[in-house]
Amino acid sequence: MIETKNLRYTIGNKLILDDVSVSFPSGKLHLIIGPNGAGKSTLVKLISNQIQASNGTIHYGTKALKSLTISELAKIRAVLSQNIELAFPLKVSEVVMMGRYPHFTSKPTEKDDVACNEAMAFFDVLEMANRNYMTLSGGEKQRVHFARVASQIWFPVANYCRYLILDEPLTFLDVHYQFHFMNKLLDLLKQKDMVVVGVVHDLNLAAKFADQIVLLHRGQVLASGAPNKVLTKEYIKKAYHLEPVFHKTENTTYLFFE
Amino acid sequence: MQKTNPYKGLFLSLIILLGVVLVLSIRFGAVSISLNDMSSAIQKWMTSTNNLTLTERIFMEIRLPRAILCVFVGASLAVGGTLLQALFRNPIVEPGLVGTSCGAAFGAALYFALGATFHFNTGQWTLPIAACLGAIVATALVFVLSQSRHTGKSSIVSLLLTGIAINALFLSGVGFLSYIARDPQARSIVFWNLGTLSGANWPSVLIVGISTIMCITIALRYAKHLNALMIGEDEAQFIGVNLKKLKWIILLINVVMVAVATAFVGVISFVGLIVPHLLRILKGSDNRFLIINSAVLGGILLCIADLLSRILLQPAELPIGIITSVVGVPIFIILLQKKNYFF
Repeated sequence: MIETKNLRYTIGNKLILDDVSVSFPSGKLHLIIGPNGAGKSTLVKLISNQIQASNGTIHYGTKALKSLTISELAKIRAVLSQNIELAFPLKVSEVVMMGRYPHFTSKPTEKDDVACNEAMAFFDVLEMANRNYMTLSGGEKQRVHFARVASQIWFPVANYCRYLILDEPLTFLDVHYQFHFMNKLLDLLKQKDMVVVGVVHDLNLAAKFADQIVLLHRGQVLASGAPNKVLTKEYIKKAYHLEPVFHKTENTTYLFFE
Repeated sequence: MQKTNPYKGLFLSLIILLGVVLVLSIRFGAVSISLNDMSSAIQKWMTSTNNLTLTERIFMEIRLPRAILCVFVGASLAVGGTLLQALFRNPIVEPGLVGTSCGAAFGAALYFALGATFHFNTGQWTLPIAACLGAIVATALVFVLSQSRHTGKSSIVSLLLTGIAINALFLSGVGFLSYIARDPQARSIVFWNLGTLSGANWPSVLIVGISTIMCITIALRYAKHLNALMIGEDEAQFIGVNLKKLKWIILLINVVMVAVATAFVGVISFVGLIVPHLLRILKGSDNRFLIINSAVLGGILLCIADLLSRILLQPAELPIGIITSVVGVPIFIILLQKKNYFF
């Protein structure tokens, strides 16, 4: 699991994150929500080791994030960010194989091929394997990257959990693929050594799929826990300055705004 | 990525083509050398016989080293272009971009202008050393000035822009030196800036050869990391690339390779730009494939250019840089117009 303690991040004099202590246990889907500028992306960048905290600590299991090298980390942690543009034309299968780069030195092994093929099949991109990545639509590109990050952590690693960190992964996807992808995440999470943390904008997707929601507001954790504990009238009003209307179905409580 | 290597066919055809081009470029010139002369010269060399005929001596002491130097220089420039294009994630980058070739030109200009003024004793190594030092100084300047005081995140972009500025500075330095130099020196500066392989000899082949082979061998070890860079700097780090280390190693390899090659033959443009493009269109963007094959294709193209430079205005010799530019520019424009290829 990932655990942060008293995380603080400042740029110049501007405080972006303040005193964020959250934990993301394995086998669960953790979604981070919050209004623009709340610090969601910053939190994701901190836990994926893209930027360094001004204060506070981050632990992957028992290990401090700082103590892991770039290549050690790459074997156990995959990150999907938004808007990835390729500088040169590549085949889809070559892009997906990049996910396996941390695992081989110069030539991919059979295990790497297996991981790529299974990940491509899992995310429904196998039939585009030989197409030029640059000719794909935005949604197709995004699915290729899902396959890439999944292939990176396709097989369990001894003594470590596997971590998948997603920064707004649903951009460019239509509703069908949003649900498709969320269900795939739940499938992945059946492997109990998997930790998935993601940022989403759509509160109802969070309500439907998340096991745990972290609501950020002005750089601090306003609430965290099960969806029905976080998506309450009080918290939503405070974070988004809008009055929610609730709609209950059998398993989920959805929100609307008037 | 498949089990059978799809790149092997192309590589083999390029190697065969290189052999053919080498023989042609040795065969033709101010003096034609027949295949019989070549083989007898090689036989005499192997048996250490010293009574070579004039044609055989031209072959052994002029044509052969020149052709081989051509191959190494072409390989250096083309691989340099491949490496920098991969590092900058930009398909229109030349190996001289980080100041290397303009620095070399400035060092050479300094040698021509000051050497004539102060009449110091110049051996055959003074010019290459001056050019090499110029290249290193200019490139180091680009590196130091591009270090941002902040997180260093967009350091590759700032490297690119600093390179453009420093290139302009050193080019105006070259301009100034040719302005104050006397006519014969000014002519030498101009001629050197257009590149020539007429000074080729075995020691220069040896030095450029060692630098080329060493640098390409090291570069191949980082091909995978350069591939990773194609999906972005942050993403490359997520899949295990130490970006800072990669940047320094690639730049260092490029500077050594290009500075050494340029020091002996002058500034030759467009080879480093065109070769990786052609290969990308032929087979794809995998850097491992690009590095190996651009070395061979760079050698081929420069050999052809050198042959043309010798036979077009026979018995006079055209500067090779004019040939590479005249041929390179149309190819480059055609590539630019293939919209699908560029982003």
